[in-house]
Amino acid sequence: MLEDLFKVVKSRLDYDNKGSNHVRSNIPNDLLFKCPRCQNVMFMDEFKSAMKVCSACNYHARISARERLEITVDKDSFVEYDADLVSKDPLNFEGYPEKVEAAQKATGLRDAILTGECTIRTRKCVIGVMDSHFMMASMGSVVGEKIARAFERATEKRLPVVLFTASGGARMQEGILSLMQMAKTSAAIARHSDAGLLYITVLTDPTTGGVTASFASLGDIIIAEPKVLIGFAGRRVIEDTIKQRLPDDFQSAEFLLEHGFVDMIVSRVNMRRTISKLLKLHLSATEGPNHE
Amino acid sequence: MNELTAWERIELIRHKNRPTINDYIPMIFDEFYEMHGDRCFGDDPAIIGGIGKISGIPVTVIGQVKGRDLEENKRTNFACPHPEGYRKALRLAKQAEKFHRPVICFIDTPGAFCGVAAEERGQGEAIARNLLEFSRLKTPVISVVLGEGGSGGALALGVCDALFMLQNAVYSVISPRGCASILWKDATREKDAAERLHITAEDLVSFGICDGIIPESQGGAHTNPELTAENIADTILESLRIITQKSVANLLEARYNKFRKIGEFEEITNSSDTERL
Repeated sequence: MLEDLFKVVKSRLDYDNKGSNHVRSNIPNDLLFKCPRCQNVMFMDEFKSAMKVCSACNYHARISARERLEITVDKDSFVEYDADLVSKDPLNFEGYPEKVEAAQKATGLRDAILTGECTIRTRKCVIGVMDSHFMMASMGSVVGEKIARAFERATEKRLPVVLFTASGGARMQEGILSLMQMAKTSAAIARHSDAGLLYITVLTDPTTGGVTASFASLGDIIIAEPKVLIGFAGRRVIEDTIKQRLPDDFQSAEFLLEHGFVDMIVSRVNMRRTISKLLKLHLSATEGPNHE
Repeated sequence: MNELTAWERIELIRHKNRPTINDYIPMIFDEFYEMHGDRCFGDDPAIIGGIGKISGIPVTVIGQVKGRDLEENKRTNFACPHPEGYRKALRLAKQAEKFHRPVICFIDTPGAFCGVAAEERGQGEAIARNLLEFSRLKTPVISVVLGEGGSGGALALGVCDALFMLQNAVYSVISPRGCASILWKDATREKDAAERLHITAEDLVSFGICDGIIPESQGGAHTNPELTAENIADTILESLRIITQKSVANLLEARYNKFRKIGEFEEITNSSDTERL
Protein backbone atom coordinates (compact mmCIF):
# COMPACT_ATOMS: atom_id res chain seq x y z
CA MET A 1 0.00 0.00 0.00
CA LEU A 2 2.87 2.32 0.67
CA GLU A 3 4.01 2.02 -2.89
CA ASP A 4 0.96 4.06 -3.76
CA LEU A 5 2.82 7.13 -2.64
CA PHE A 6 5.03 6.70 -5.66
CA LYS A 7 3.21 4.63 -8.19
CA VAL A 8 0.74 7.29 -9.05
CA VAL A 9 3.10 9.34 -11.09
CA LYS A 10 4.76 6.39 -12.66
CA SER A 11 1.43 5.07 -13.81
CA ARG A 12 0.49 8.44 -15.24
CA LEU A 13 3.75 8.50 -17.14
CA ASP A 14 3.01 5.04 -18.48
CA TYR A 15 -0.34 6.27 -19.69
CA ASP A 16 1.34 9.29 -21.22
CA ASN A 17 3.85 7.18 -23.06
CA LYS A 18 1.27 4.75 -24.33
CA GLY A 19 -0.69 7.64 -25.69
CA SER A 20 2.14 9.34 -27.47
CA ASN A 21 4.31 6.51 -28.76
CA HIS A 22 2.85 6.74 -32.21
CA VAL A 23 3.52 10.42 -32.57
CA ARG A 24 6.96 10.15 -31.06
CA SER A 25 8.00 7.50 -33.52
CA ASN A 26 7.11 9.59 -36.54
CA ILE A 27 7.58 13.23 -35.71
CA PRO A 28 10.34 14.98 -33.79
CA ASN A 29 9.35 15.67 -30.17
CA ASP A 30 10.00 19.35 -30.31
CA LEU A 31 7.64 20.06 -33.19
CA LEU A 32 4.38 18.84 -31.74
CA PHE A 33 2.66 18.51 -28.38
CA LYS A 34 0.24 15.65 -27.91
CA CYS A 35 -2.05 16.09 -24.92
CA PRO A 36 -1.86 13.13 -22.52
CA ARG A 37 -5.45 13.80 -21.42
CA CYS A 38 -7.33 14.14 -24.73
CA GLN A 39 -4.72 13.16 -27.37
CA ASN A 40 -5.20 16.49 -29.14
CA VAL A 41 -2.13 17.45 -31.16
CA MET A 42 -0.85 21.03 -31.23
CA PHE A 43 2.10 22.66 -32.92
CA MET A 44 4.76 23.32 -30.30
CA ASP A 45 4.88 27.04 -31.08
CA GLU A 46 1.15 27.35 -30.62
CA PHE A 47 1.31 25.23 -27.43
CA LYS A 48 4.06 27.39 -25.98
CA SER A 49 2.35 30.66 -26.77
CA ALA A 50 -0.76 29.25 -25.04
CA MET A 51 1.38 28.90 -21.86
CA LYS A 52 1.47 25.12 -22.43
CA VAL A 53 -2.25 24.64 -22.04
CA CYS A 54 -4.07 22.18 -24.31
CA SER A 55 -6.35 24.11 -26.66
CA ALA A 56 -8.87 21.26 -26.85
CA CYS A 57 -9.37 20.11 -23.24
CA ASN A 58 -7.70 22.85 -21.17
CA TYR A 59 -5.24 20.41 -19.56
CA HIS A 60 -2.49 22.49 -17.96
CA ALA A 61 0.72 20.70 -18.89
CA ARG A 62 3.82 20.54 -16.71
CA ILE A 63 6.22 23.45 -16.95
CA SER A 64 9.64 23.94 -15.43
CA ALA A 65 10.25 25.95 -12.27
CA ARG A 66 12.02 28.65 -14.31
CA GLU A 67 9.13 28.88 -16.75
CA ARG A 68 6.73 29.17 -13.81
CA LEU A 69 8.69 32.00 -12.27
CA GLU A 70 8.81 33.77 -15.61
CA ILE A 71 5.03 33.84 -15.98
CA THR A 72 4.35 34.53 -12.29
CA VAL A 73 6.76 37.01 -10.73
CA ASP A 74 7.64 40.59 -11.65
CA LYS A 75 10.61 40.81 -13.96
CA ASP A 76 13.97 40.66 -12.15
CA SER A 77 12.25 40.58 -8.76
CA PHE A 78 13.17 36.99 -7.82
CA VAL A 79 15.97 36.63 -5.30
CA GLU A 80 16.75 32.98 -4.71
CA TYR A 81 17.15 31.44 -1.25
CA ASP A 82 19.48 28.55 -0.45
CA ALA A 83 20.67 27.97 -4.01
CA ASP A 84 23.67 26.12 -2.63
CA LEU A 85 21.80 23.25 -0.96
CA VAL A 86 22.46 19.83 -2.48
CA SER A 87 21.41 16.38 -1.39
CA LYS A 88 23.70 13.82 0.18
CA ASP A 89 23.31 10.10 -0.04
CA PRO A 90 22.54 9.26 3.60
CA LEU A 91 21.65 5.60 2.97
CA ASN A 92 24.40 4.91 0.40
CA PHE A 93 21.54 3.98 -1.84
CA GLU A 94 22.55 2.23 -5.04
CA GLY A 95 22.27 4.54 -8.05
CA TYR A 96 20.99 7.57 -6.11
CA PRO A 97 23.92 9.97 -6.61
CA GLU A 98 23.91 9.18 -10.34
CA LYS A 99 20.19 9.88 -10.55
CA VAL A 100 20.58 13.21 -8.83
CA GLU A 101 23.47 14.15 -11.06
CA ALA A 102 21.55 13.22 -14.21
CA ALA A 103 18.57 15.27 -13.03
CA GLN A 104 20.83 18.23 -12.27
CA LYS A 105 22.30 18.10 -15.75
CA ALA A 106 18.92 17.71 -17.42
CA THR A 107 17.21 20.56 -15.54
CA GLY A 108 19.98 22.95 -14.51
CA LEU A 109 18.55 22.78 -10.98
CA ARG A 110 20.30 21.47 -7.88
CA ASP A 111 17.14 19.80 -6.55
CA ALA A 112 13.42 19.68 -7.15
CA ILE A 113 12.44 23.12 -5.81
CA LEU A 114 13.38 26.77 -6.22
CA THR A 115 12.60 29.08 -3.29
CA GLY A 116 13.10 32.78 -2.82
CA GLU A 117 11.59 36.20 -2.46
CA CYS A 118 9.82 38.11 -5.21
CA THR A 119 7.05 40.53 -6.01
CA ILE A 120 3.92 39.55 -7.88
CA ARG A 121 2.37 42.68 -9.44
CA THR A 122 4.32 44.61 -6.79
CA ARG A 123 3.08 42.48 -3.86
CA LYS A 124 6.01 41.08 -1.96
CA CYS A 125 6.00 37.40 -1.00
CA VAL A 126 8.10 34.32 -0.43
CA ILE A 127 7.70 31.89 -3.30
CA GLY A 128 8.50 28.22 -3.85
CA VAL A 129 8.17 26.34 -7.14
CA MET A 130 8.61 22.59 -7.46
CA ASP A 131 9.81 21.12 -10.75
CA SER A 132 8.45 17.73 -11.82
CA HIS A 133 11.30 17.33 -14.30
CA PHE A 134 13.71 16.78 -11.39
CA MET A 135 13.17 13.17 -10.23
CA MET A 136 9.42 13.80 -10.41
CA ALA A 137 9.89 16.49 -7.76
CA SER A 138 10.18 13.87 -5.05
CA MET A 139 10.74 15.32 -1.59
CA GLY A 140 14.05 14.53 0.07
CA SER A 141 16.07 16.42 2.67
CA VAL A 142 16.88 19.34 0.36
CA VAL A 143 13.28 20.00 -0.65
CA GLY A 144 12.16 19.73 2.98
CA GLU A 145 14.92 21.99 4.25
CA LYS A 146 14.34 24.65 1.59
CA ILE A 147 10.62 24.74 2.34
CA ALA A 148 11.18 24.88 6.11
CA ARG A 149 13.70 27.71 5.71
CA ALA A 150 11.39 29.58 3.33
CA PHE A 151 8.57 29.49 5.90
CA GLU A 152 10.90 30.47 8.73
CA ARG A 153 12.18 33.48 6.77
CA ALA A 154 8.64 34.42 5.77
CA THR A 155 7.60 34.26 9.44
CA GLU A 156 10.55 36.42 10.45
CA LYS A 157 9.95 38.98 7.70
CA ARG A 158 6.17 38.78 8.05
CA LEU A 159 5.65 37.82 4.42
CA PRO A 160 3.00 35.62 2.80
CA VAL A 161 4.10 32.38 1.12
CA VAL A 162 3.00 31.20 -2.32
CA LEU A 163 3.95 27.61 -3.09
CA PHE A 164 3.49 25.88 -6.46
CA THR A 165 3.41 22.17 -5.67
CA ALA A 166 4.19 19.20 -7.91
CA SER A 167 5.51 15.89 -6.69
CA GLY A 168 5.48 12.15 -6.98
CA GLY A 169 5.80 11.96 -3.18
CA ALA A 170 8.63 11.32 -0.77
CA ARG A 171 12.08 10.45 -2.17
CA MET A 172 12.51 6.82 -1.21
CA GLN A 173 16.27 6.83 -1.81
CA GLU A 174 16.56 8.94 1.35
CA GLY A 175 14.41 6.50 3.32
CA ILE A 176 12.88 7.61 6.59
CA LEU A 177 14.65 10.99 6.37
CA SER A 178 12.44 11.89 3.42
CA LEU A 179 9.28 10.86 5.29
CA MET A 180 10.23 13.13 8.19
CA GLN A 181 10.36 16.14 5.84
CA MET A 182 6.56 15.95 5.85
CA ALA A 183 6.55 16.63 9.59
CA LYS A 184 9.30 19.24 9.37
CA THR A 185 7.57 21.32 6.69
CA SER A 186 4.15 21.04 8.36
CA ALA A 187 5.59 22.28 11.65
CA ALA A 188 7.19 25.29 9.93
CA ILE A 189 3.84 26.08 8.30
CA ALA A 190 2.12 25.92 11.71
CA ARG A 191 4.45 28.64 13.03
CA HIS A 192 3.90 30.82 9.97
CA SER A 193 0.16 30.36 10.39
CA ASP A 194 0.29 31.12 14.14
CA ALA A 195 1.96 34.42 13.24
CA GLY A 196 -1.20 35.34 11.33
CA LEU A 197 0.41 35.13 7.90
CA LEU A 198 -1.08 34.00 4.61
CA TYR A 199 -0.10 30.79 2.83
CA ILE A 200 -1.39 30.10 -0.68
CA THR A 201 -0.79 26.73 -2.34
CA VAL A 202 -1.16 26.24 -6.07
CA LEU A 203 -1.50 22.56 -6.95
CA THR A 204 -0.01 21.72 -10.34
CA ASP A 205 0.45 18.51 -12.30
CA PRO A 206 1.01 16.12 -10.54
CA THR A 207 0.64 16.71 -6.80
CA THR A 208 0.60 13.35 -5.04
CA GLY A 209 1.77 11.16 -2.17
CA GLY A 210 3.65 12.64 0.75
CA VAL A 211 3.45 16.18 -0.62
CA THR A 212 -0.34 16.00 -0.81
CA ALA A 213 -0.23 14.56 2.71
CA SER A 214 1.74 17.53 4.03
CA PHE A 215 2.35 21.11 2.86
CA ALA A 216 0.26 20.97 -0.34
CA SER A 217 -2.92 20.46 1.68
CA LEU A 218 -2.19 23.07 4.34
CA GLY A 219 -2.69 26.38 2.52
CA ASP A 220 -5.11 28.97 3.88
CA ILE A 221 -6.16 29.16 0.26
CA ILE A 222 -5.73 26.17 -2.04
CA ILE A 223 -5.78 26.85 -5.78
CA ALA A 224 -5.46 24.21 -8.50
CA GLU A 225 -4.73 24.42 -12.19
CA PRO A 226 -7.42 22.87 -14.42
CA LYS A 227 -7.39 19.12 -15.12
CA VAL A 228 -4.22 18.41 -13.15
CA LEU A 229 -3.72 15.22 -11.17
CA ILE A 230 -4.00 15.58 -7.38
CA GLY A 231 -4.22 12.66 -5.00
CA PHE A 232 -2.72 10.66 -2.19
CA ALA A 233 -2.69 7.09 -3.49
CA GLY A 234 -1.88 5.74 -6.91
CA ARG A 235 -4.70 5.35 -9.37
CA ARG A 236 -3.52 1.98 -10.64
CA VAL A 237 -3.18 0.58 -7.13
CA ILE A 238 -6.73 1.62 -6.35
CA GLU A 239 -7.90 0.07 -9.63
CA ASP A 240 -6.12 -3.16 -8.73
CA THR A 241 -7.89 -3.17 -5.38
CA ILE A 242 -11.39 -2.51 -6.63
CA LYS A 243 -10.94 -4.38 -9.94
CA GLN A 244 -12.55 -1.57 -11.92
CA ARG A 245 -11.36 1.16 -14.22
CA LEU A 246 -11.70 4.50 -12.44
CA PRO A 247 -13.40 7.42 -14.21
CA ASP A 248 -11.02 9.76 -16.03
CA ASP A 249 -11.71 12.68 -13.75
CA PHE A 250 -10.83 10.70 -10.59
CA GLN A 251 -8.16 12.65 -8.64
CA SER A 252 -8.43 15.62 -11.00
CA ALA A 253 -8.53 19.22 -9.80
CA GLU A 254 -12.26 19.21 -10.59
CA PHE A 255 -12.75 16.05 -8.49
CA LEU A 256 -11.05 17.74 -5.53
CA LEU A 257 -13.11 20.89 -5.94
CA GLU A 258 -16.28 18.82 -5.94
CA HIS A 259 -15.23 17.00 -2.76
CA GLY A 260 -14.29 20.17 -0.95
CA PHE A 261 -10.50 20.01 -0.91
CA VAL A 262 -9.70 22.90 -3.25
CA ASP A 263 -10.91 26.50 -2.96
CA MET A 264 -10.75 27.42 -6.63
CA ILE A 265 -9.55 26.29 -10.01
CA VAL A 266 -7.68 29.04 -11.82
CA SER A 267 -6.36 28.86 -15.35
CA ARG A 268 -2.72 29.63 -15.97
CA VAL A 269 -3.44 32.77 -17.89
CA ASN A 270 -5.27 34.24 -14.87
CA MET A 271 -3.01 32.84 -12.15
CA ARG A 272 -0.65 35.79 -11.66
CA ARG A 273 -3.51 38.24 -11.42
CA THR A 274 -5.53 36.04 -9.02
CA ILE A 275 -2.58 35.52 -6.69
CA SER A 276 -1.76 39.23 -6.61
CA LYS A 277 -5.38 40.07 -5.80
CA LEU A 278 -5.43 37.56 -2.96
CA LEU A 279 -2.14 38.91 -1.63
CA LYS A 280 -3.60 42.41 -1.72
CA LEU A 281 -6.70 41.29 0.21
CA HIS A 282 -4.42 40.07 2.99
CA LEU A 283 -2.15 43.09 3.18
CA SER A 284 -3.32 43.91 6.68
CA ALA A 285 -2.20 40.49 7.86
CA THR A 286 1.31 41.38 6.79
CA GLU A 287 1.41 44.98 7.86
CA GLY A 288 -0.87 44.82 10.88
CA PRO A 289 0.18 44.20 14.47
CA ASN A 290 1.88 40.99 15.33
CA HIS A 291 -0.78 38.76 16.87
CA GLU A 292 1.60 36.27 18.39
CA MET B 1 21.85 -6.92 20.91
CA ASN B 2 19.44 -7.54 18.06
CA GLU B 3 21.10 -9.55 15.34
CA LEU B 4 18.06 -10.00 13.14
CA THR B 5 18.13 -8.52 9.66
CA ALA B 6 15.49 -6.00 8.65
CA TRP B 7 13.73 -8.66 6.64
CA GLU B 8 13.73 -11.15 9.54
CA ARG B 9 12.15 -8.47 11.69
CA ILE B 10 9.44 -7.86 9.12
CA GLU B 11 8.64 -11.57 9.19
CA LEU B 12 8.60 -11.50 12.97
CA ILE B 13 6.22 -8.55 13.26
CA ARG B 14 3.89 -10.25 10.80
CA HIS B 15 3.72 -13.30 13.10
CA LYS B 16 0.08 -14.17 13.66
CA ASN B 17 0.48 -14.07 17.44
CA ARG B 18 2.27 -10.72 17.52
CA PRO B 19 0.48 -8.70 20.24
CA THR B 20 -1.61 -5.79 19.00
CA ILE B 21 -2.79 -2.60 20.66
CA ASN B 22 -5.89 -4.46 21.82
CA ASP B 23 -3.64 -6.89 23.71
CA TYR B 24 -1.50 -4.15 25.18
CA ILE B 25 -4.14 -1.66 26.33
CA PRO B 26 -5.45 -3.80 29.24
CA MET B 27 -1.88 -4.72 30.23
CA ILE B 28 -0.55 -1.14 30.22
CA PHE B 29 -3.54 0.97 31.35
CA ASP B 30 -5.53 0.55 34.56
CA GLU B 31 -8.76 1.82 33.10
CA PHE B 32 -9.68 2.47 29.50
CA TYR B 33 -12.76 4.12 28.07
CA GLU B 34 -12.96 3.94 24.30
CA MET B 35 -14.22 7.02 22.44
CA HIS B 36 -15.69 6.80 18.97
CA GLY B 37 -16.05 8.91 15.86
CA ASP B 38 -14.64 11.98 14.16
CA ARG B 39 -17.87 14.04 14.58
CA CYS B 40 -17.90 14.61 10.80
CA PHE B 41 -18.32 11.38 8.92
CA GLY B 42 -18.10 8.26 11.06
CA ASP B 43 -16.06 5.98 13.23
CA ASP B 44 -13.04 4.22 11.76
CA PRO B 45 -12.33 0.90 13.50
CA ALA B 46 -8.77 0.96 12.09
CA ILE B 47 -7.92 3.49 14.80
CA ILE B 48 -8.82 3.02 18.45
CA GLY B 49 -8.86 5.97 20.79
CA GLY B 50 -9.85 6.67 24.35
CA ILE B 51 -8.87 7.74 27.83
CA GLY B 52 -6.90 5.51 30.15
CA LYS B 53 -4.79 5.67 33.26
CA ILE B 54 -1.18 4.67 33.61
CA SER B 55 0.15 4.58 37.19
CA GLY B 56 -2.74 6.82 38.15
CA ILE B 57 -2.04 9.42 35.43
CA PRO B 58 -4.92 10.02 33.00
CA VAL B 59 -3.76 9.90 29.39
CA THR B 60 -5.34 9.82 25.94
CA VAL B 61 -4.50 6.65 24.02
CA ILE B 62 -4.63 6.51 20.21
CA GLY B 63 -3.42 3.75 17.92
CA GLN B 64 -3.90 1.69 14.79
CA VAL B 65 -5.61 -1.65 15.26
CA LYS B 66 -4.12 -4.75 13.69
CA GLY B 67 -6.50 -7.68 13.78
CA ARG B 68 -5.59 -10.84 15.62
CA ASP B 69 -7.54 -12.93 13.14
CA LEU B 70 -9.18 -12.50 9.78
CA GLU B 71 -12.48 -11.51 11.32
CA GLU B 72 -10.93 -8.68 13.31
CA ASN B 73 -8.75 -7.66 10.37
CA LYS B 74 -11.81 -7.31 8.18
CA ARG B 75 -13.36 -5.06 10.79
CA THR B 76 -10.23 -2.94 11.27
CA ASN B 77 -9.24 -2.94 7.59
CA PHE B 78 -5.84 -4.51 8.40
CA ALA B 79 -4.95 -1.37 10.37
CA CYS B 80 -5.14 0.86 7.29
CA PRO B 81 -7.07 3.95 8.41
CA HIS B 82 -9.41 6.09 6.34
CA PRO B 83 -9.41 9.90 6.72
CA GLU B 84 -12.08 9.71 9.45
CA GLY B 85 -9.69 7.59 11.49
CA TYR B 86 -7.05 10.32 11.41
CA ARG B 87 -9.70 12.93 12.15
CA LYS B 88 -10.88 10.92 15.15
CA ALA B 89 -7.27 10.80 16.33
CA LEU B 90 -6.98 14.57 15.99
CA ARG B 91 -10.27 15.16 17.77
CA LEU B 92 -9.12 13.08 20.73
CA ALA B 93 -5.73 14.79 20.74
CA LYS B 94 -7.41 18.21 20.90
CA GLN B 95 -9.61 16.92 23.70
CA ALA B 96 -6.47 15.81 25.54
CA GLU B 97 -4.93 19.25 25.01
CA LYS B 98 -7.97 20.91 26.57
CA PHE B 99 -7.63 18.84 29.73
CA HIS B 100 -3.80 18.86 29.77
CA ARG B 101 -3.66 15.09 29.39
CA PRO B 102 -0.61 13.58 27.74
CA VAL B 103 -1.27 11.72 24.48
CA ILE B 104 0.18 8.25 23.93
CA CYS B 105 0.13 7.11 20.28
CA PHE B 106 0.71 3.51 19.23
CA ILE B 107 1.81 3.11 15.61
CA ASP B 108 1.15 -0.20 13.89
CA THR B 109 0.04 0.14 10.26
CA PRO B 110 1.13 -0.90 6.77
CA GLY B 111 -0.04 2.57 5.69
CA ALA B 112 -3.05 4.81 5.23
CA PHE B 113 -5.74 3.09 3.18
CA CYS B 114 -5.61 3.59 -0.56
CA GLY B 115 -9.09 3.53 -2.05
CA VAL B 116 -11.76 5.58 -3.78
CA ALA B 117 -13.56 6.57 -0.59
CA ALA B 118 -10.30 7.54 1.11
CA GLU B 119 -9.47 9.86 -1.79
CA GLU B 120 -12.96 11.33 -1.89
CA ARG B 121 -12.77 12.17 1.80
CA GLY B 122 -9.28 13.64 1.58
CA GLN B 123 -6.71 11.15 2.84
CA GLY B 124 -3.90 13.56 2.05
CA GLU B 125 -5.57 16.46 3.84
CA ALA B 126 -6.35 14.35 6.90
CA ILE B 127 -2.74 13.26 7.33
CA ALA B 128 -1.39 16.75 6.60
CA ARG B 129 -3.73 18.27 9.18
CA ASN B 130 -2.52 15.84 11.85
CA LEU B 131 1.12 16.66 11.12
CA LEU B 132 0.44 20.37 11.52
CA GLU B 133 -1.83 20.15 14.56
CA PHE B 134 0.27 17.62 16.49
CA SER B 135 3.32 19.84 15.94
CA ARG B 136 1.66 22.55 18.02
CA LEU B 137 -0.45 20.49 20.42
CA LYS B 138 -0.03 22.03 23.85
CA THR B 139 0.30 18.79 25.76
CA PRO B 140 2.96 16.06 25.80
CA VAL B 141 2.86 13.46 23.00
CA ILE B 142 4.69 10.13 23.13
CA SER B 143 4.62 7.73 20.16
CA VAL B 144 5.53 4.05 20.25
CA VAL B 145 5.96 1.94 17.10
CA LEU B 146 4.63 -1.50 18.02
CA GLY B 147 5.29 -3.27 14.72
CA GLU B 148 4.92 -1.71 11.30
CA GLY B 149 5.46 2.00 10.85
CA GLY B 150 4.17 2.43 7.33
CA SER B 151 4.89 5.81 5.76
CA GLY B 152 2.59 8.84 6.02
CA GLY B 153 -0.15 6.71 7.54
CA ALA B 154 2.18 6.05 10.48
CA LEU B 155 3.63 9.55 10.70
CA ALA B 156 0.11 10.94 11.18
CA LEU B 157 0.39 9.53 14.73
CA GLY B 158 4.13 10.16 14.95
CA VAL B 159 4.65 13.89 15.45
CA CYS B 160 5.66 13.71 19.10
CA ASP B 161 8.01 14.74 21.87
CA ALA B 162 9.55 11.29 22.16
CA LEU B 163 9.46 8.39 19.71
CA PHE B 164 10.12 4.85 20.85
CA MET B 165 10.24 1.64 18.86
CA LEU B 166 9.86 -1.93 19.99
CA GLN B 167 13.04 -3.87 19.38
CA ASN B 168 11.78 -5.58 16.23
CA ALA B 169 9.58 -2.78 14.92
CA VAL B 170 10.33 -1.09 11.59
CA TYR B 171 9.51 2.39 10.30
CA SER B 172 9.80 3.16 6.61
CA VAL B 173 8.91 5.71 3.95
CA ILE B 174 7.72 2.90 1.66
CA SER B 175 7.20 -0.84 1.94
CA PRO B 176 10.26 -2.77 0.77
CA ARG B 177 8.03 -4.46 -1.78
CA GLY B 178 6.87 -1.14 -3.20
CA CYS B 179 10.41 0.16 -3.30
CA ALA B 180 11.68 -2.90 -5.17
CA SER B 181 8.87 -2.86 -7.68
CA ILE B 182 9.31 0.82 -8.47
CA LEU B 183 13.08 1.07 -8.51
CA TRP B 184 13.99 -2.29 -9.96
CA LYS B 185 10.65 -3.33 -11.50
CA ASP B 186 11.01 -6.50 -9.46
CA ALA B 187 8.93 -6.95 -6.30
CA THR B 188 10.75 -10.18 -5.47
CA ARG B 189 13.77 -8.09 -4.48
CA GLU B 190 11.89 -6.86 -1.41
CA LYS B 191 14.35 -8.48 0.99
CA ASP B 192 17.15 -6.55 -0.62
CA ALA B 193 15.13 -3.32 -0.43
CA ALA B 194 14.34 -3.96 3.25
CA GLU B 195 18.04 -3.82 4.10
CA ARG B 196 18.82 -0.84 1.88
CA LEU B 197 16.00 1.33 3.25
CA HIS B 198 17.45 1.30 6.80
CA ILE B 199 14.20 0.75 8.65
CA THR B 200 15.16 -0.89 11.93
CA ALA B 201 14.96 0.67 15.38
CA GLU B 202 18.77 0.91 15.50
CA ASP B 203 18.78 2.69 12.13
CA LEU B 204 16.24 5.22 13.37
CA VAL B 205 18.21 5.82 16.56
CA SER B 206 21.31 6.46 14.44
CA PHE B 207 19.40 9.05 12.36
CA GLY B 208 18.32 10.81 15.55
CA ILE B 209 14.64 10.09 14.87
CA CYS B 210 13.96 7.36 17.44
CA ASP B 211 14.65 8.22 21.09
CA GLY B 212 14.81 4.73 22.51
CA ILE B 213 14.40 1.03 21.81
CA ILE B 214 12.00 -0.98 23.96
CA PRO B 215 13.15 -4.57 24.52
CA GLU B 216 10.81 -7.39 23.57
CA SER B 217 10.75 -10.78 25.23
CA GLN B 218 13.24 -13.34 23.96
CA GLY B 219 12.23 -14.46 20.47
CA GLY B 220 9.84 -11.56 19.92
CA ALA B 221 6.94 -9.88 21.70
CA HIS B 222 4.56 -12.81 21.05
CA THR B 223 6.55 -15.11 23.33
CA ASN B 224 5.75 -13.04 26.40
CA PRO B 225 3.32 -10.17 25.76
CA GLU B 226 3.08 -9.33 29.50
CA LEU B 227 6.80 -8.73 29.78
CA THR B 228 6.85 -6.64 26.61
CA ALA B 229 3.86 -4.64 27.88
CA GLU B 230 5.72 -4.01 31.15
CA ASN B 231 8.71 -2.71 29.20
CA ILE B 232 6.45 -0.42 27.19
CA ALA B 233 4.78 0.88 30.34
CA ASP B 234 8.12 1.55 32.04
CA THR B 235 9.37 3.46 29.00
CA ILE B 236 6.22 5.58 28.78
CA LEU B 237 6.31 6.40 32.50
CA GLU B 238 9.96 7.35 32.48
CA SER B 239 9.46 9.52 29.41
CA LEU B 240 6.36 11.18 30.91
CA ARG B 241 8.29 11.93 34.07
CA ILE B 242 10.85 13.91 32.05
CA ILE B 243 8.54 15.52 29.51
CA THR B 244 5.85 16.68 31.92
CA GLN B 245 8.41 18.76 33.81
CA LYS B 246 8.79 21.06 30.80
CA SER B 247 6.74 24.21 30.37
CA VAL B 248 4.42 24.16 27.36
CA ALA B 249 6.64 26.71 25.59
CA ASN B 250 9.75 24.59 26.10
CA LEU B 251 7.90 21.46 25.13
CA LEU B 252 6.77 22.95 21.81
CA GLU B 253 10.17 24.41 21.09
CA ALA B 254 11.83 21.04 21.66
CA ARG B 255 9.23 19.25 19.55
CA TYR B 256 9.78 21.71 16.71
CA ASN B 257 13.52 21.22 16.86
CA LYS B 258 13.23 17.45 17.04
CA PHE B 259 11.82 17.41 13.51
CA ARG B 260 13.47 20.60 12.26
CA LYS B 261 16.93 19.10 12.48
CA ILE B 262 16.12 15.94 10.48
CA GLY B 263 17.60 15.78 7.01
CA GLU B 264 21.00 15.39 5.39
CA PHE B 265 22.28 17.88 2.84
CA GLU B 266 25.33 19.89 1.96
CA GLU B 267 25.78 23.59 1.36
CA ILE B 268 28.13 24.09 -1.54
CA THR B 269 30.23 27.21 -1.27
CA ASN B 270 33.03 26.12 -3.55
CA SER B 271 32.73 28.00 -6.83
CA SER B 272 34.08 25.11 -8.91
CA ASP B 273 31.17 23.04 -7.69
CA THR B 274 28.86 25.78 -8.81
CA GLU B 275 30.34 25.80 -12.26
CA ARG B 276 29.98 22.07 -12.55
CA LEU B 277 26.26 22.69 -12.78
